[in-house]
Amino acid sequence: MQQKVEFHDRAGKALHNPQIRSNFRYAMDGLMLKRLRSFPDLDELNRLRLRSAEIRANALARLPELLEQLEARCRENGIQVHWAETAEQANEIVLGIMNRHGAKLLIKGKSMVSEEMELNHYLEQHGIECLESDLGEYILQLAGEPPSHIVAPAIHKSRQQVAQLFKEKFPDIPYSDDVDTLTRNARDILRRKFYEAPVGLSGVNFAVAETGTICLVENEGNGRMCTTIPPVHIAVTGIEKVVEKLSDVPPLLSILPRSATGQHITTYFNMISSPRKPDEKDGPDEVHLLLLDNGRSHIYKDAELIATLRCIRCGACMNHCPVYARIGGHAYGTTIPGPIGSILEPQKAGLDQLGELATASTLCGACGEVCPVRIPIPELLNRLRFERVRQDHTGATRGQGGQRDPWEARIWKAWSWVHANPMLYRLSMRMATGLRWLLPNRLGPWTSVRTAPRPAAKSLHTLAREKGFDHE
Amino acid sequence: MNLRKSYPEQPERIYFFGTCLIDILYPEAGLAGMQLIRREGVDVIYPLNQTCCGQPAWNSGYRDEAREVAAAQMACFPEDYPIVVPSGSCAGMLRQHYPALFAGTPQQDAAQAFSERVFELTEFLSRVLKIKLNDLGKPVKVALHVSCSARREMGVANEHQSLLQQLSNVELVEQERKEECCGFGGTFAVKHAQISAAMVEEKATALVASGADALVSGDCGCLLNIAGHLEYRKAQLPGSHIASFLWERTNAAEG
Ligand code: SF4
Repeated sequence: MQQKVEFHDRAGKALHNPQIRSNFRYAMDGLMLKRLRSFPDLDELNRLRLRSAEIRANALARLPELLEQLEARCRENGIQVHWAETAEQANEIVLGIMNRHGAKLLIKGKSMVSEEMELNHYLEQHGIECLESDLGEYILQLAGEPPSHIVAPAIHKSRQQVAQLFKEKFPDIPYSDDVDTLTRNARDILRRKFYEAPVGLSGVNFAVAETGTICLVENEGNGRMCTTIPPVHIAVTGIEKVVEKLSDVPPLLSILPRSATGQHITTYFNMISSPRKPDEKDGPDEVHLLLLDNGRSHIYKDAELIATLRCIRCGACMNHCPVYARIGGHAYGTTIPGPIGSILEPQKAGLDQLGELATASTLCGACGEVCPVRIPIPELLNRLRFERVRQDHTGATRGQGGQRDPWEARIWKAWSWVHANPMLYRLSMRMATGLRWLLPNRLGPWTSVRTAPRPAAKSLHTLAREKGFDHE
Repeated sequence: MNLRKSYPEQPERIYFFGTCLIDILYPEAGLAGMQLIRREGVDVIYPLNQTCCGQPAWNSGYRDEAREVAAAQMACFPEDYPIVVPSGSCAGMLRQHYPALFAGTPQQDAAQAFSERVFELTEFLSRVLKIKLNDLGKPVKVALHVSCSARREMGVANEHQSLLQQLSNVELVEQERKEECCGFGGTFAVKHAQISAAMVEEKATALVASGADALVSGDCGCLLNIAGHLEYRKAQLPGSHIASFLWERTNAAEG
């Protein structure tokens, strides 16, 4: 499962990798521009963000009830519903379905929840082959790497790097670094597999409680093939993806692709409501919906942090994050990287494990500004910084207080003592201004790329008094 | 964010919250801010018991420590005058975060009332005082860096820009990715020093490439970071706080 983050080391490595730096910078600049262009009317954007946030917040406010409704409607529609509290249980459920059908090959559409479960690894240990059919995911499967972005998983690779990878893996196919040719080659390889695989797996973008409908947003058509060609379809999702009504879908569908890639609508949008009916030409004979908790119900318990679960996984927060743009997704060491990852993953794994991620932000606010469901990411980062060092152990957050460093805590105590006492503060200012030429020129990491700050000869307190600003 | 939609009439008297960074490192910027306001006929009071808004502790998760310091600040500004702050970041703390910091404590209402009296300097100059600036300086090309809190928390990027645009001999030059953070982030610059360094290096490169003769910002945190790095790499691009810059260019005695 999740490793304790050695975030510093990985971030440092990424920063010194010019290919990583330029691949991300180039890609993020492009995605930001595309998003900007897709929202020419800022008033419309603001209205849509308000509406989308409201839809997601309302759904979360009634989560248990809506999940029950979703389950009931799905069952009525002939969809089999499974619940998993942990990733391990979820894996066992998928394995059980595979085994019941004697299936040895699983063809997969893009699913971050399956990444969270580490499903491929698990099934392979049980002698089952998994094949990623999303182009980006397929590239990563060939390379043996995890995704570095939730929407564009192979964004850390340049076109040339992908071409090189194909050359290594498929020496018989003539080398090309043309995107269309590479795509066509991958498509030819994958196409045959769709007909061989007895089971297809997909993620879920929205699950509609009112109608028991699974909605799936995608661009490549592989999602549709995974969910219609194999005789069995398994959809995996986190429990938070439920929405109340069918009429909640259009606003979310309008804002999701524009926030993600700047597209007004994706090439494919699938709504799955049942297995194939007797008079229908295509579709699977069996549809399974697997609902995974894996720490989400813990987040649900906190009135402020519950906003984390509103996320519709558009990736805009990472596209706009100046930290993510420089270190890339792998540096985070978590399934979900970037700003949303830095609030979500520490809550799931525990702050004692991943709390440091909450500090890896300047709180510049770019993420909160673009989030289509208005998750106040900077405020939640601040909240988690509090949770990771607080001592009183009240509340639901996992690993609370687990990163309190007694030395750091004493520094803040002393800082507070000085700044809450004007006399002490003025005394320390007098010392700093008086001894300003004695202060060191090197101040740890600060001066590795900057000159040391030098106190002024007179503080503003002194100047204000001299110029008569200190009284009415 | 509850960005301000309407502004009060010009008051007779205001409080000035100088901020701790300005107090020790850029006192001339604080003085310039007060002089700009006084020149418009408004009494400026600088309570000597003020220290720091508490933001460093708040952003580090030490809420009890931040609250103690914040309570001491609220006690310094007892009358119902506007409180003007020459920093988007500290103004953001006082205006946007004090209510959260005191939520559920007996001081909750007081913090709310206090926060509503807080103005960032450039919004106060342009929106409340409707200041008219007469440029006495030589022609100069200026790059403006608006801090993230000034831009996003306080929503005063336009106010920064319009004040500079009033100066007839100042040409504002554009920089690439001007809305991107400079990488300061308070303790972030020390905790995640390598990432912060990568950010400030790119920010400084964009500023140098803009062809500016001078860098102006409304936040001393950013200045400390960017100008400190520019000086480290020996670039000829001095930085100043927007208050100092405005005062120096419009004050006859200094012109
Ligand atoms: S947090 Fe908001 S911006 Fe980030 S992925 Fe989720 S919905 Fe998109």
